Amino acid sequence: MTTLQMLITIGAAGAATVLTRAAAFIAFPAGRETPAFVRYLGNALPGAVFGLLVVYCLKDVSIFSESHGIPEAVGVLIAGGLYLKRHNMLLSIVASTVVYMLLVNLAF
Amino acid sequence: MTETTDTTGAAPGARLAALRAAFPLTIPILAGFVFLGITCGIYAGSLGLPWWVPVLMSIVIFAGSAEFVVASQLAGAFDPLTTFAVVLIINARHLFYGLSMLERFRGLGRKRPYLIFGMCDETFSINYATEPPEGIDRGWFMTWVTALNQLYWVAGCTLGGLFGTLVATTVEGVSFAMTSLFVVIFLDQWEKDHQHLSAVIGIAAAAVALCIMGADNFMIPAMALILIGIACTRRRIEPAYAKSATEDDGEGRA
Repeated sequence: MTTLQMLITIGAAGAATVLTRAAAFIAFPAGRETPAFVRYLGNALPGAVFGLLVVYCLKDVSIFSESHGIPEAVGVLIAGGLYLKRHNMLLSIVASTVVYMLLVNLAF
Repeated sequence: MTETTDTTGAAPGARLAALRAAFPLTIPILAGFVFLGITCGIYAGSLGLPWWVPVLMSIVIFAGSAEFVVASQLAGAFDPLTTFAVVLIINARHLFYGLSMLERFRGLGRKRPYLIFGMCDETFSINYATEPPEGIDRGWFMTWVTALNQLYWVAGCTLGGLFGTLVATTVEGVSFAMTSLFVVIFLDQWEKDHQHLSAVIGIAAAAVALCIMGADNFMIPAMALILIGIACTRRRIEPAYAKSATEDDGEGRA
């Protein structure tokens, strides 16, 4: 790809991203009453979307081959368990990632 | 006193106070974004792309998982329409974020376009889940959260892009930080939420779609299932928020 073609491709990706982020604001501009169902979605969806994103992060884990998903399971349990105990985001992330890296590089 | 306390033109002191309030909340993102940004830059370098590609992507696209995919496409044939469609699909979840922020971004003037542009997963979750402390300008608070997070991401991608070619092998498993982050965000939302049915629906719908469609094609079906599930359980879920709205009367949300 030439430099210009790379710039166009990156621009296209940027435009698509902006479109997904701005769509709701374009469809419901300031002053217009947001439909009750849309407001309901705004309340109820975040919990579901964060659940979806956790599954998305784990989508390539295979239970039947390689490490059987054991490092991922241990990492998720440490991240979640520590967070419920201490409510410290950084501690949860660092501890679980370090344990995961040790498991992946040394044990599996 | 010619200066007004209008939210679009806060005084420098108010901006600084908002920065001080916003920064601590972004520290976990600092660690995650610098790590993931370096990983993204190294990945782009490993595909033979020039160092500035991950840097430009972090500024123009600012959406982690999409940038990995775009990097792989930049190494192939020129096809911007396919890139556009793929990124649209990967980032479709941001539609939901926009819906959740409709009210909160209202009346923020010139800050609003940037807040919308920079609304990645992590920025959204902080801006959605936290109320700034008493006396802190909410527009500036959210703008700082957005700008700091993008700064971390750009810094990580720049480091990765510059040194990516120098580092022969990268340590495996660093990217698990992203999984941990979303696990923590999910639990945080769970504890704050007025009901848990929608979270259960999210996990279940994603798991079902993943089993049927496979890892590469499950996101859109999963989101369709989530929308259907949430729509069908409205009578069970909605009362939880109606109750809290009367209890929290007078709090934060305008």
